[in-house]
Amino acid sequence: MKPAPFVHHSPHTLDEAVETLREVGHDGKVLAGGQSLIPVLNMRLAQPAHLVDINRVAGLDTITVTDHFVRVGATVRHAALQRHDDAYAVLPVLRQALNNVAHPAIRNRGTTVGSIAHADAAGEMPSIAVLTNAVMEVIGPKGRREVAAGDFFEGPLQTVLEADELLEAVRFARFGPSTRTAFLESARRHGDYALAGVGVAVDVEGEGSDAVVRGARAAYVSVTDIPVVIDLTEVVAGQRISSSWDGVDELVQAGIAPEADIHASSDYRRVLAAELTRRALTGAVS
Amino acid sequence: MSTRQFGQPVQRKEDPRLVTGNGRYLDDLGQDAYEVAFVRSPHAHARITDIDVDEAVEIDGVVAVFTHEDLDGPAADRLPLLIPHPSIEAGRTGYPLAKDEINHVGEAIVMVVARDRYLAEDAAQRIVVTYELLPPVVGIAKSRDGELLVHDDAPGNVAAHLLQEVGNVEPAMAAAPHTLTLDLEIERSACMPMEGKGVLAHWDSDEQRMRIHSSTQTTTGVRAAVAAKLALPLAQVECIAPDVGGGFGVKIMHPWPEEVLIPWASRRLNHDVKWTEDRREHFTSSAHERGQLQTVTVGFDDDGRLLALDVKFWHDNGAYLPYGVIVPIITATQLLGPYKPQNYRVEFWSMYTNTVLVTPYRGAGRPQGCYAMERTMDAIAAELGLDRTEVRSRNFIQPEEMPYDQGLLFQDGRPLKYDSGDFPASLAKLKALVGWDDFPAYKKEAEAQGRKVGLGIGCYVEGTGVGPYEGGHVHVETSGRVNVATGLTTQGQGHQTILAQIVADELGVSIDDVHVTTGDTRRMPYAVGTFASRGAVMSGNAVALAARAVRAKALRIAADALEVSEDDLQIEDGTISVKGAPHASIALSTVAVMSNPLRYAFDESAKAATQFAGTYDPDKPPIADDDEPGLEGKDFYSPTQATFANGMHAAIVETDPVTAEIKILRYCVVHDCGTVVNPMIVEGQVHGGVAQGVGGALYERMAYDESGQLLNASFMDFLIPYASEVPHIETDHLETPSPLNPLGIKGAGEAGTIPVTATIASAISDAEGFAIRSMPISPDELWDLRRQRALAATSSSTPEEPA
Ligand SMILES: Cc1cc2nc3c(=O)[nH]c(=O)nc-3n(C[C@H](O)[C@H](O)[C@H](O)COP(=O)(O)OP(=O)(O)OC[C@H]3O[C@@H](n4cnc5c(N)ncnc54)[C@H](O)[C@@H]3O)c2cc1C
Repeated sequence: MKPAPFVHHSPHTLDEAVETLREVGHDGKVLAGGQSLIPVLNMRLAQPAHLVDINRVAGLDTITVTDHFVRVGATVRHAALQRHDDAYAVLPVLRQALNNVAHPAIRNRGTTVGSIAHADAAGEMPSIAVLTNAVMEVIGPKGRREVAAGDFFEGPLQTVLEADELLEAVRFARFGPSTRTAFLESARRHGDYALAGVGVAVDVEGEGSDAVVRGARAAYVSVTDIPVVIDLTEVVAGQRISSSWDGVDELVQAGIAPEADIHASSDYRRVLAAELTRRALTGAVS
Repeated sequence: MSTRQFGQPVQRKEDPRLVTGNGRYLDDLGQDAYEVAFVRSPHAHARITDIDVDEAVEIDGVVAVFTHEDLDGPAADRLPLLIPHPSIEAGRTGYPLAKDEINHVGEAIVMVVARDRYLAEDAAQRIVVTYELLPPVVGIAKSRDGELLVHDDAPGNVAAHLLQEVGNVEPAMAAAPHTLTLDLEIERSACMPMEGKGVLAHWDSDEQRMRIHSSTQTTTGVRAAVAAKLALPLAQVECIAPDVGGGFGVKIMHPWPEEVLIPWASRRLNHDVKWTEDRREHFTSSAHERGQLQTVTVGFDDDGRLLALDVKFWHDNGAYLPYGVIVPIITATQLLGPYKPQNYRVEFWSMYTNTVLVTPYRGAGRPQGCYAMERTMDAIAAELGLDRTEVRSRNFIQPEEMPYDQGLLFQDGRPLKYDSGDFPASLAKLKALVGWDDFPAYKKEAEAQGRKVGLGIGCYVEGTGVGPYEGGHVHVETSGRVNVATGLTTQGQGHQTILAQIVADELGVSIDDVHVTTGDTRRMPYAVGTFASRGAVMSGNAVALAARAVRAKALRIAADALEVSEDDLQIEDGTISVKGAPHASIALSTVAVMSNPLRYAFDESAKAATQFAGTYDPDKPPIADDDEPGLEGKDFYSPTQATFANGMHAAIVETDPVTAEIKILRYCVVHDCGTVVNPMIVEGQVHGGVAQGVGGALYERMAYDESGQLLNASFMDFLIPYASEVPHIETDHLETPSPLNPLGIKGAGEAGTIPVTATIASAISDAEGFAIRSMPISPDELWDLRRQRALAATSSSTPEEPA
């Protein structure tokens, strides 16, 4: 389990990184936290000739909170975002989801942006990107472009990123003040990739036990091949927050297509995702 | 007064070194050694038609590429069948490098030696092996069909077949008022030590000497095997186990192909050569365990007393049988647990499959046996509507029946005769600990809240401390330092501590002065190894006997010097003194000086032992005819039979009514391993054992597909429980000393693991109201069982199967 030979590039500025990627991107890979890429290299499942290590690029490790979004730079570690109190205050679903991403050692190195660029539908943060209508800030030889999260993911481990492009940052859009969120997943072991997971954003009108749900959206982990959002509004609108969420099961089960693997059958995952959705809805509003 | 160390929770002497990163594991050694990577088979069953290494040898830094054709002498022969047994009908073993046929994914075919492991893997990648594919036999059911064969000359895929019977089962079964038959299944798991295997060989061509470091559980075994395979005199081979990062059984198997090949290559290349196993190799090229299909038929009376027990099981031994039938024999014998079956018949078939071979893993066949017996006990209780502990206690062997001979032959070829144990007392403790009698009320309350909870129990007896022997050597230096050596190896269990405790007490010295070496054939060439929970029993007693010999000699010399009788002397804190007259004393270190008459004084204290010092009687030879120089002693402990530890576990689980997720709410252990040397270490062993047991019950399995590919050969998909999955473990202890050895010790190493699968199955069955017959179980599988039962219930009106 040793990687095949590669050339390691370590640019210090964004310009240098873009230039290096232009030169070697087509036969290379961006190296961020390495928590997904290094195992793949060690098992020789990928043998890129070049690694463009962005860890020393100045300015990519910042988290910015504005009135409209939380902007996360490419080298911000999962752990830094998880701990960021200002980000949590305005967009709690980030921490709610990050608590389920792997374990501390992996969160200390793995990057949130890297996990979105990696586009594993079993990852939590790609789902949060679609749930929050995040905007992808992409930079490459042709300059910068922005891509909506909904247009970013093309298939398992596939995105619209070109081989010579870098995902510079992700802007997670903030919800309105009446939106409450929750994230729930079920994994075989705590911190593993989930058998199924769901993040919900519920729009609630009113306070206390009189509160009424106006709408809800849910984004899924591990039960679709790319992160998807299911709009639950048609079945939850007008329900009290003590609801038993009738109709949610059917809507969720129709909207996902989980694959079977050695850990769980497709049917089980479907039932699990639906049940987690109902529990997450209750968790969000209570 | 020196305080007695035996029985105290003495802090582990090895920990400061190990937990501060100062351990020396195999891969920490041999910095200048060539490194090895293997080309291993990607197919489960195939014939090799061609091997093309041309591209590999061209890579700069590649030193050599070897295939079976290059091997010479006994190294080219099949690996040994380590433990012959009359039941073995077709004992097949593999070659160090595959000769022509491949029998499992991961079998080594080509060995690449290079300047480093990176280059070796680059080269391995360029080697092209051409195969003719053969149909693979995967899973016990397919093996049992016998349509396709793993080995052409092993008909029906049967490696071994054994039948043992005590009493007369047939008439007893026929006459029994009740009978039940259970079909049970248990899947594969594996040891998964954090450190895989590893070998470093150093060939000294001047001295024609081979030094091997191996991450092994038996250095004497590896030494003998390498000497034989390389046709070297035993005296020219030495083997040392450095710190070993876990074994759990997989490293008692030997010689692994690599343990032959690395020394062979070192001699061939006249250079140090090293191989460090990676995790993927460990999954597909070492060993697994546990997989069995079982059919139990039981006859019992209205009170739930066993009248006849008839067990048939099929044991998956994988592609080869190097370790013989130890695992199924243990299942067959230890299945009986604390019970008296009256009439017992057990028959097993050890079956070949095109998968990784099977050798002992912590528990070694016992978890399967315990599972069969305890599922049966629960089934009897359900059938008769009796409390599950009531059925068990009615079948217990009583303390006054000890020693109790079950009438079978155990894995050491000796009688399965329990030496001691108090099962009713153990059960009483367990019931109190878990609150057995209060559980129905709790369950009712939980049900009212829509929760599903269940209580389970599992009881076992574990034969520990099997022979043939282990040795101890104790040497007191003139500084007062005490060196202890024993030949069995250590993998972090705490041998350095408990053996030091024992010797410190026997000799009357401070534990800080006692230094223990294990697993080094230069220090103790006669030894067996670490397995079967035998370390404390075997080496503990051996070092105690050796220390007693040293003590006797010290007292004799001191008695002479002090001109008193030996009976009047005592040793405390390293000083020998006359009882009641503490001023008449002599340090043990001084006695060590006097024990070795000298011509040359190398330091101040040595002067006393030189020829003009006037210390010795000029009329006697300096060393008496029947004596030896030095204050040292050596002795061996060799018991007539195993000692039998026992224990009982109880668990409370909760299963989610919708998602079928399984949570262990409480886990209770009552444990009896005879006299306890160090309660903290025993507790740690129990905790670790339970953690591995939980893995086997709820998480771990080897996911082979039909073609024999292992789909989960990484820690991403082979689910070893994290700390977050291991419950808090509540323990209580009982100490019924073993009458069989001087210290009264029984083994504790495997205990925690044995009944966990049985206990969790029992608890889930209780929560669900139907019997679990296949383990491990995942939420997905439990959910599916519920669904199938619901479907069956709506489509027919068959009565409920009892839990
Ligand atoms: C044991 C273990 C458990 C894990 N469990 C989980 C889990 O439960 N949930 C989860 O979501 N993740 C999990 N992960 C993955 C972890 O979150 C990774 O860190 C993350 O998926 C990738 O981030 P990284 O920074 O490590 O990326 P890297 O491994 O460095 O890169 C991953 C891929 O993304 C590309 N890439 C990275 N950054 C960029 C960029 N800025 N622009 C363009 N391409 C880029 C790389 O080229 C590579 O192809 C686990 C990892 C491990 C080792």
